[in-house]
Amino acid sequence: MLKSIKLRVFFIVLFLIISVIYCLPNIIEPTGAWKKYLPSDKIHLGLDLKGGMHLLLELDTAKMLENMVNRKFDALKDGMIRDGIRFLGLDKKEYSLSIIIRAEQKDKLYNLIGKEFPDLKAGAAKIDGENVSVEFFLSEKELSNIKENAVHQALETIRNRIDQFGVSEPVIVRQGENQILVQLPGIKDPQRALELIGRTAQLEFKLVDEENAARYTGGIPPEGDEALTMKTKNKETGISTTTQILLKKQSLLTGELLTDARVKIGGEFGSEPYVAIEFNNEGAKLFDKVTADNVGKRIAIILDDTVYSAPVVKERISGGRASISGSFTMDEAKDLAIVLRAGALPAPVKVVQNITIGPSLGQDSIRKGVQAAILGAIIVIVFMIFYYRYSGIVADIALCLNLLYLLGAFSALQATMTLPGIAGIILTMGMGVDSNVLIFERIREELRLGKTVRAAVDVGYEKAWVTIFDSHITTLITTFVLFIFGTGPIKGFAVTLSIGVIVNLFTAVLGSKTIFDWILTKYKPRSLSI
Amino acid sequence: MKFIEITKKTSIDFIGLRNKAFVLSLALVLFGFFAFIMIALGKANESVDFTGGTQLQVKFEDQIAIGDLRSVLTGGGIGDVQIQQASGTKEFFIKTKLADAEKEKIQDKLSGILSKDFQGKKFQILGSNMVGSTVGKALKKNAIIAVVISMICIIVYIAWRFTFIFGIAATIATFHDVLALLGIFYLLNMEINILFITALLTIAGYSLTDTVVVFDRIRENIPKMKSKTDFGNTINRSINEVLSRTLITSITTLLAIGSILFLGGQVLFEFSLALFIGVLIGTYSSIFVASPIVYVWRKKVR
Repeated sequence: MLKSIKLRVFFIVLFLIISVIYCLPNIIEPTGAWKKYLPSDKIHLGLDLKGGMHLLLELDTAKMLENMVNRKFDALKDGMIRDGIRFLGLDKKEYSLSIIIRAEQKDKLYNLIGKEFPDLKAGAAKIDGENVSVEFFLSEKELSNIKENAVHQALETIRNRIDQFGVSEPVIVRQGENQILVQLPGIKDPQRALELIGRTAQLEFKLVDEENAARYTGGIPPEGDEALTMKTKNKETGISTTTQILLKKQSLLTGELLTDARVKIGGEFGSEPYVAIEFNNEGAKLFDKVTADNVGKRIAIILDDTVYSAPVVKERISGGRASISGSFTMDEAKDLAIVLRAGALPAPVKVVQNITIGPSLGQDSIRKGVQAAILGAIIVIVFMIFYYRYSGIVADIALCLNLLYLLGAFSALQATMTLPGIAGIILTMGMGVDSNVLIFERIREELRLGKTVRAAVDVGYEKAWVTIFDSHITTLITTFVLFIFGTGPIKGFAVTLSIGVIVNLFTAVLGSKTIFDWILTKYKPRSLSI
Repeated sequence: MKFIEITKKTSIDFIGLRNKAFVLSLALVLFGFFAFIMIALGKANESVDFTGGTQLQVKFEDQIAIGDLRSVLTGGGIGDVQIQQASGTKEFFIKTKLADAEKEKIQDKLSGILSKDFQGKKFQILGSNMVGSTVGKALKKNAIIAVVISMICIIVYIAWRFTFIFGIAATIATFHDVLALLGIFYLLNMEINILFITALLTIAGYSLTDTVVVFDRIRENIPKMKSKTDFGNTINRSINEVLSRTLITSITTLLAIGSILFLGGQVLFEFSLALFIGVLIGTYSSIFVASPIVYVWRKKVR
């Protein structure tokens, strides 16, 4: 390898300094002018060490598409009635709508579809006497576009919610086709966070159907209506009751037009916190119109198909402000404001994996694990000195170099330390010790053959290197495959191990050999303490 | 010059011991294979990582009998439940195949039952793990794919660096270790979880290194062979030459893992136990399995 000892020492020290600089933020926070020039990234601790919540959410895109087809169906029906297209049959299937009309109205229908529903593609028209039946469907490309957008939007929305909830170092990434991975390290109230993230938060305003309400006694609601549950809490007893409330199906206004939502206390709701919402221009105009048209009637405020309140409209409301009350606690009101501000999820999400690790469990495992690891390291260091004497000290120095380089690389790459990751480090350290053992045993063999110290060391390193190289490369191959095909913890293990193997190979070339060469050149010893 | 040595210059006839070793290894591998099938059939102590379901770690303030806990949970409608007490503590692991439904969260249900039926006994949920069954299946599949592909890559590499026979032998030895460890863990009824899979992979890596070291020495000694029939002696000589290295490396690794095993706390216990047993098996296989396979095969081929 490199002939000049000075050059090798230079490289060792250079990498050492770089490693230490990258390791520093783990120990002390850089301040003042240093902050600008020094790296500030710490080694992140994984959830299994720090405690926290790991969620895998699945976006129910099928449900979303179904809702979308339903909406299109309703809109198309309205459009046809408005344009005077008489339909003899109208039916919706999974992702398509089939329509039967009189043949002479076919052009009119195509015009309507072309103008207002450009994403609907027309299938072949079947002519049956005077009637024509046509199927309109969403193309594959359109469907996958919609799904893709939905996942992006959900990702953005969840990120917004978490940012506003205030969690440090969250991980929010897409996984697979329609899954989102969320990791919230060190979170105190996992249940609350789950409710905040998992809520669809679809806000709607609908008119209460007072005319039919008197006659409605449960069962299937009348045409154009729907029955939703309304929760009310008795202020004195604190008992909540649920009642069914009959609403007009058509929503007057949705949460999409919101610009702001804040928690407020006081005013007409007394000491109870409520959420004040503010609409954008379009929403304000719409709200103004809706309230003007419905003075004296009740408008229900609905979040995810649950009615929160259904106040009577006392007067026309301009300015685009409204409030949502519902016997909230302060936290509930805060979370509601967050989800309203962050916007609704495009589709409901399902939690498919939820790992929660209490902070006490995490801390306990860190403390014990670190203590045990340090003790293990000390035992190994002492053993090496006991067995290989002064050469053992050289090996130990190389091992410490190895560890420092490894920690430096971890900090620089901002890797996350997990339990499997620690396993990877243990294996790396084991391999590091093994490299030295291989070399030393080889040197001993050569010395037994009667070679001089210089020759024994050189041959020992040279021959051991072949073995070290082979064993490290086989491990590296394994780690690459594990990295590509493994998921989650297995991937973490692969990352630590591959960094470790590369660092090991480097120190095996540069580390202890340089120290030996330096001693041998300087003191020219006749025997070796090994 | 004098060295501290744990083994003097040895000349053990490892190849001569091959039949005894093969019997032992065959038993280990067959049992491991049986364990693998049982795991595949879902009849082992698998963690919810793979089966799907919910796992809770609950710590009570007072001592509670495991039987009481079971009857309370069964009474509360959670029948299919495994309960394990962390030895010497007031902590319990509660495991059920049930996963969160849209209407109800298992963790809420469990804590509801516990606070209702164990009135006055305070408890704390230390951790929970809920996995949908599809996620578990995907994880299992990915883990198996990863292991198989990495094995194939290793055969190719070792076949290139050594010969094809060496590659196959190294892979068999590695599989031997993984299966043996699987069998032992199955027998001890330890939990098969993602951390255990990591331990298996670590051991595969360790064993492979060990095997490569021996093979390397055999490769180096082959040119020194006096005659073609001398292959057995060459292998014996090579194993004996690297024996002290094999033992020293195993001892240092075991010392480090041992300290984690005994002092690392309960989270790391099963993991470090797997590593500890695995290192022992890996050391054994590199001496008694990998090289004898090469020997037997070469004899057959010739």
